[in-house]
Amino acid sequence: MIPELGHFALALACCIALAQAVIPLVGAHRRDVRLMAAAPGLALGQLIALVAASAALVWSAVSDDFSVTNIVENSAVLKPPLYKISGTWGNHEGSILLWGLILGLCGAAVAVFGRGLPSALRARVIGVLGGTSAGFLLFALTTSNPFARTWPPPMDGQGMNPLLQDPGLAFHPPILYAGYVGFAVPFAFAVAALLEGRIDAAWGRWVRPWALVSWCLLTCGIALGSWWAYYELGWGGYWFWDPVENASLMPWLTGTALVHSAVVVEKREALKVWTVLLAIGTFSLSLSGTFLVRSGILNSVHAFANDPARGIFILALLGLVIGGSLLLFALRAPTLAQGGLFAPVSREGALVLNNVLLCSICAVVITGTMYPPFADLLLGQKISVGAPFFNATVLPLAIPTAFAMAVGPMLPWKRAQLMPTLVRVWWAALAAAIVAAWCLVGMRVLPALAFAASAWLILGSFAEMVERIKLGRLPFAASLQRARGLPLGVYGAAIAHAGMGVTVAGIAGMSLSTSRIVLAAPGETIHSAGYDWTLASLATEPGPNYQSRVATIAISRHGHPVVTLRPSRRTFPLAQQTTDDVAIHTNFVADLYAVLGEERDGRAVLRLHYNPLAPWIWLGALVMAAGGGLSLADRRLRVGAPSRRLAGVPAQPA
Amino acid sequence: MLAPLGVAAAAGVAFWSMLDRMEQGTFDPHGVPNPLIGHTVPDFALPGLAPAEGFSGAELRAAAASRPVLVNFFASWCVPCVEEAQVLAGLHARGLPIWGVAYKDKPELAAGFVARGGSPYSRIGLDLPGQVAIDWGVTAVPESYVIGRDGIVQWRWVGPFDPGIVSLQLDPVLRRLA
Repeated sequence: MIPELGHFALALACCIALAQAVIPLVGAHRRDVRLMAAAPGLALGQLIALVAASAALVWSAVSDDFSVTNIVENSAVLKPPLYKISGTWGNHEGSILLWGLILGLCGAAVAVFGRGLPSALRARVIGVLGGTSAGFLLFALTTSNPFARTWPPPMDGQGMNPLLQDPGLAFHPPILYAGYVGFAVPFAFAVAALLEGRIDAAWGRWVRPWALVSWCLLTCGIALGSWWAYYELGWGGYWFWDPVENASLMPWLTGTALVHSAVVVEKREALKVWTVLLAIGTFSLSLSGTFLVRSGILNSVHAFANDPARGIFILALLGLVIGGSLLLFALRAPTLAQGGLFAPVSREGALVLNNVLLCSICAVVITGTMYPPFADLLLGQKISVGAPFFNATVLPLAIPTAFAMAVGPMLPWKRAQLMPTLVRVWWAALAAAIVAAWCLVGMRVLPALAFAASAWLILGSFAEMVERIKLGRLPFAASLQRARGLPLGVYGAAIAHAGMGVTVAGIAGMSLSTSRIVLAAPGETIHSAGYDWTLASLATEPGPNYQSRVATIAISRHGHPVVTLRPSRRTFPLAQQTTDDVAIHTNFVADLYAVLGEERDGRAVLRLHYNPLAPWIWLGALVMAAGGGLSLADRRLRVGAPSRRLAGVPAQPA
Repeated sequence: MLAPLGVAAAAGVAFWSMLDRMEQGTFDPHGVPNPLIGHTVPDFALPGLAPAEGFSGAELRAAAASRPVLVNFFASWCVPCVEEAQVLAGLHARGLPIWGVAYKDKPELAAGFVARGGSPYSRIGLDLPGQVAIDWGVTAVPESYVIGRDGIVQWRWVGPFDPGIVSLQLDPVLRRLA
């Protein structure tokens, strides 16, 4: 009964989404106020139907309704309750439903928070979101129905992939998807602006918070995924340049560019066409990434049940969404009024440089990711592109990006001079140079450069704040006054840039990590990375739906005990799968990381890693997202803020 | 302004042809290239699985000189091998010589598996250590190879046969070699 209601709610949501696509767009075209006014109600209605559908799926999972195929394939009676819930989006069908739910949430958010927008623009944005949503819900209903039934129902389900039975992964997909799908809103704004044929500073101001929210979520989502790979997969790495990881990095890079270029639209009414293209491109990359993973075109460790027939449907959907928006772009972009030219050395010039660098990095990542399937298709060659290519191509672009990141925010708008700005941050530059020199003594060139870039970013962001409040040049009270008067967005940007510096430091630290693989008997001591790792014992322990084999490793340094690590290997009888449960001890300067491997003749394979600064990678990402969040709290950016002034101004389609 | 649309359209066409060829089985992005394709069958000798005779690389090359031979790696413990048994029986009925290699399988189990549906194999070699499979670059059972007239490996299929694969892929290869 409940699954049928869920199925019905899904179909209802699809119908509402279709209405949401047609009615407001027709209304905006005919300037029919009544049709346009239907948009918010339809968006909310679609959200309610999708919440009902999702709740029905969760209910089916929690109550072990094994007449639902999706639950049979991914759940089991013995599965812990949290994972019964998170398992609903850990598979293809459920994740498409989650995708639709978040898209519905975006539409409803524009309906609720966008009350200050001109009614035609709001109707068009909600309409475009409705159209996108309708496509995805149709996809769910026709080829990936999460409520499909099976008869006769089995007594128990097949369980979920034990690797996914992890709190980090329970929340990784919703956050990541929220980031991906969130970029649908800037996309809808871009399409709406193209339909209207008008972009002004206000458009930039409206688009930016949506882009920023999605950017923060995508940052957190990627960081969470990378953290999960680090502690759950037990390979000792945090980023593998796997196609699925790259697929999430691409929209992040263009999304970061979008967040910055929207500022130029807002402040200088320039880069309009480019910003529209970025908004379309970012969402297109989000969609294509999902498509490439689901269709099985990209070779990845992330296994979704690959089905080329599904792939054809998504490809058609992508053709409609991406092709349609780009066609509209080709037709309408030339009519958009271009802003004036500006000096290369200026804030907007620095932002253009940021866009050029970020998009170059993105182009490199796309090339590396897409080269193997294209080489196979066109040349019939089997090639795999791995980390060496990405490291060799991304780093030379990342270093100038880091340099410009610290200087850019200090340049004034319109016209600036580089030297006086650089002179003001001489001490940050000096500190970075000292870090570089100090690191060069004991390290290779690249980690040393990366540490210098990190110091430059963190100190440079700090220097910018010192400069803005004229600390030391004004009396302290006056500086404090200035600090209070600074917009939150300025703090947010500085914090986000410093967060990038923290992440860069973590990445540089991880490039110095060491590891040893040994075959050890209980009682044996291994010397690695300056620590003594003693395998104290090997034991078997029961778990809720698995059996674990646990190694107890006592770690000491210079004879003083440091910590005891207990890595284990879990065997899940139902899934007939074994997972490694990594043991990590962190003091935020370095991680001690131990993995238990296979056992032979009473001896166990141990993998012992020493990972300097590893936690900084994800800490930095959190700081970045926090900076973005702080900017979001800036009054100037709040969506409702311009409402009082602009609510009465009717839209003027060109 | 048309450039982004052009790029997207080109990518779309490429993706569509990838998916299309994936469905036909002529494009496998996950596939591992086989070094044996285009090369002569290597030397090896496998003991037989009674009542079928075993065979060596030289015997296989000699047999292929008159007409193409299908070499099929299988195992009694492999479920997809059971799925493709019927298709192999059909090919056998059409007169295609099929030589089997029982991969890492106990002789009695392999013999039982072959006898169950009537053996489609003219010869069966027992590859208990799996060494021949390694030399051939077999990634998983079932896996099948077509050996052409001059003893050269012409074509490989990873995974079980189904009627679609036979008509879309195997038949054209056999026609080309005939």
